[in-house]
Amino acid sequence: MELYELTIAQAHELLQKREISSVELTRSVLQRIETVETKIKAYLRITPEEALAQAEKADQRRAQGEDNPLLGIPLAIKDVLCTKGVETTCGSRILQGFVPPFDATVVAKLRELGSVLLGKTNTDEFAMGSSTENSGFFTTHNPWNLEHVPGGSSGGSAAAVAADECLGALGTDTGGSIRQPAAFCGIAGLKPTYGRVSRYGLVAFASSLDQAGPLCKDVKDCAILLQAIAGHDPKDSTSANLSVPNFVEALQPDVKGMRLGVPKEYFTEGIDAKVAEAVHAALDVWAELGAEIVEVSLPHTEYALPVYYIIAPAEASANLARYDGVRYGYSYPEAKDIWDAYRKTREIGFGAEVKRRIMLGTYALSAGYYDAYYLKAQKVRTLIKEDFDRAYQQCDAIIAPTTPMPAFRIGERVDDPLQMYLGDIFTLSLNLAGVCGISIPCGFADGLPVGVQILGDAYDETTILRVAYAYEQATEWHLQKPPL
Amino acid sequence: MKLSRDQVLHIAELAKLALSEEEIELFTEQLSEILAYFEKLNRLDTSAIPPTAQVIDMRNVTRPDEVRPSLSPEEALANAPQRKGNFFKVKPILE
Repeated sequence: MELYELTIAQAHELLQKREISSVELTRSVLQRIETVETKIKAYLRITPEEALAQAEKADQRRAQGEDNPLLGIPLAIKDVLCTKGVETTCGSRILQGFVPPFDATVVAKLRELGSVLLGKTNTDEFAMGSSTENSGFFTTHNPWNLEHVPGGSSGGSAAAVAADECLGALGTDTGGSIRQPAAFCGIAGLKPTYGRVSRYGLVAFASSLDQAGPLCKDVKDCAILLQAIAGHDPKDSTSANLSVPNFVEALQPDVKGMRLGVPKEYFTEGIDAKVAEAVHAALDVWAELGAEIVEVSLPHTEYALPVYYIIAPAEASANLARYDGVRYGYSYPEAKDIWDAYRKTREIGFGAEVKRRIMLGTYALSAGYYDAYYLKAQKVRTLIKEDFDRAYQQCDAIIAPTTPMPAFRIGERVDDPLQMYLGDIFTLSLNLAGVCGISIPCGFADGLPVGVQILGDAYDETTILRVAYAYEQATEWHLQKPPL
Repeated sequence: MKLSRDQVLHIAELAKLALSEEEIELFTEQLSEILAYFEKLNRLDTSAIPPTAQVIDMRNVTRPDEVRPSLSPEEALANAPQRKGNFFKVKPILE
């Protein structure tokens, strides 16, 4: 086994026993990147010198007796998270050349623990998309089939993990952007409860929905990485001032007597038969392990898509007003006045999908349409939240497919935004309700991975990790590697 | 809900976004299609439902007003496309 194939937990054990050094591990991963990255294109930028320096430092810290599960572990960071001194573009030309003067809190936490940061991963521009095709720079390829998308928007992080180009990665999830690419690439990805993880330094897309989380080779690694980034942050007043449970200790492969809810609304028209089959087979595994499978209802599921695509663009249109070419990023040099400068900077700097969402959000917030769209969507958001509250009175966690179909072909949907949005129907509700979820691999459809989601109540990450871990211990899907 | 060309131009101006002729045509068509899909929401009677702007039960989080370390002017201006002294340089707003 090559070092780059290790999980975080396996690498930590070898580091602890002094069987390997972080420098050796980091070199192995950098070598792997060199071998496969031309095919995958997961990274917008790789920082090998910095990574090796951090690895050396980690080895020194370990030699002095320090230890933690992420000390010396090479990780990748989605390019919407600010990294001090390392260019951060959010996959947008408008931020090309932007070097943040500070770290996102999640990045600062990883640095304090002594993780090795390999580079910044590709994303749909400002995390708006489901395939990385909206990146202002290039499209990432799915390691399982290079002609297919890796999912999005954290497609670079998911592909990097699946192709062993890092041991684990951070992504962000506003409407499924961790879980959907995790499903498409056959790895584990967890969206924490809104407020569990600080958003400070996460470049804002939709502030009431955005949340950073881990993408990893298995569930245990997700628990380790979540442990590292979770917790209250005085710099983010929406982060929850709650104690953080021990997620790793919670990993008991035991679901006996647990009630797992299956929402009937997730198995209707439009779901690929092979995806449904794989998820049903996963339910059988949990049943064999002693869980009770119960039917639940999330009756407003079909409204999540219009609600999300009103609220998220509305918040985005406000958040993206800051890109005016004055303080950072691209600035149109030949403007005749300040208004012209704003208009041209934004015309040239933003890509098509970002413009489309700014337009949509601006319209939904504009005089005369606010009540009909934005307020209406906020009211239906209440109904969606209440659906989850009711469901969690009947079960401990909810099981559902992550996506209606496996990874689609590059170029297949890019000209039809509504068709692209419809692919997100199973992941959006979770963000609107603010609760947590994890996607893990549960099979294949035509050679492409299929993901199953375990959805939990607010701040109940321990339950979903436990349910996911029990399944993983009983199956081998997470051990499958793409043929690269 | 079919958007007119004038509406598209009005929204673009509110968002301070210049659009090419192709984008105007494309967005007129695509946004109309997306807005038509949104009409699904009108099937629900929400007259008695309160809106949800955010999902956490927190209001008005405050902290003591204390001076803390912050970015130096050099750091804050490091990414400026144009600067003059310790200021961001912009086009004149008033003639």
